[in-house]
Amino acid sequence: MPEISLNVLDVAENSTRAGASLVTITVDADFSGDRLTVVIDDNGCGMTPEQVQQVTDPFFTSRTTRKVGLGVPFFKLAAESTGGSFAITSEPGVGTTVTAVFVLSHIDRMPLGDISTTIHTLVVYHPETDFVYRYQYNGRSFALDTREFRQVLGDIPFDTPDISAYIMDYLNENKLETDGGAIY
Amino acid sequence: MKSLEELKAIRERMQSQVSMRAEDHSHTRVVVGMATCGIASGARPVLTKLSSLVQEKNLTDKISVTQTGCIGLCQYEPIVEVMEPGKQKITYIKMTPEKAEEVLERHLIGGHIVEEYTLSGADIK
Repeated sequence: MPEISLNVLDVAENSTRAGASLVTITVDADFSGDRLTVVIDDNGCGMTPEQVQQVTDPFFTSRTTRKVGLGVPFFKLAAESTGGSFAITSEPGVGTTVTAVFVLSHIDRMPLGDISTTIHTLVVYHPETDFVYRYQYNGRSFALDTREFRQVLGDIPFDTPDISAYIMDYLNENKLETDGGAIY
Repeated sequence: MKSLEELKAIRERMQSQVSMRAEDHSHTRVVVGMATCGIASGARPVLTKLSSLVQEKNLTDKISVTQTGCIGLCQYEPIVEVMEPGKQKITYIKMTPEKAEEVLERHLIGGHIVEEYTLSGADIK
């Protein structure tokens, strides 16, 4: 994976597959502390302690289409290879929280990448799931909450062209106001 | 900051339009594989390209672009499947945004399968 945002897209997919009705994604870049923290939290079916141990093993998957499960191991390696950390906490019936901490200044840290498109893709292609996205940059922040959108829109789907474009603009404009267009 | 007020304005505008999109049996489904294998090999720009072209060309009542997980052909990702009603499923492999645009023009609009990009047509033996 060339970008952190693609890892987010991939790992958040697991949350929707776990039947989550709400997925909360937090991206927090703190340059004074030299940390980029990504948290993906869901209220899906959760995992047993044994499954949590297995999930970072690339040769484990709950799927039947193939024998490897690389999404979580990729994310873990990407974080740990920067001197950061990776953690999963989960409880069956409650949900799962994945936390990846990257050391921003580390030479091996991949770029954050196009996080706004990642969130847009998640929101538009998972009409059954609500998403809360918080983006923080050196203490400034904005949030997107699809439950607020739904309240306004009623049953108009997110993939309607005008709505999809609004969501993309919402992400791009608010990110620009929050981080001034910083690329990192 | 972009506000919810703008969204309300869009909703007002849309509610005055009578026809809402309804999926029916004449709908063509275009499915992009978006598991780890797909994403890592570049499926996101393919998906974005397809859905924005379908919207630009006002094809949303004929074509729906969706995503799916891994279909077990990871070595051929990014994979795009085209399911036209009453026809056999066509599997395009090793897609790029450029190839996807070609498939949209030649297959989805023009009606001719782009054989050289399909799983059965590509030289992969």
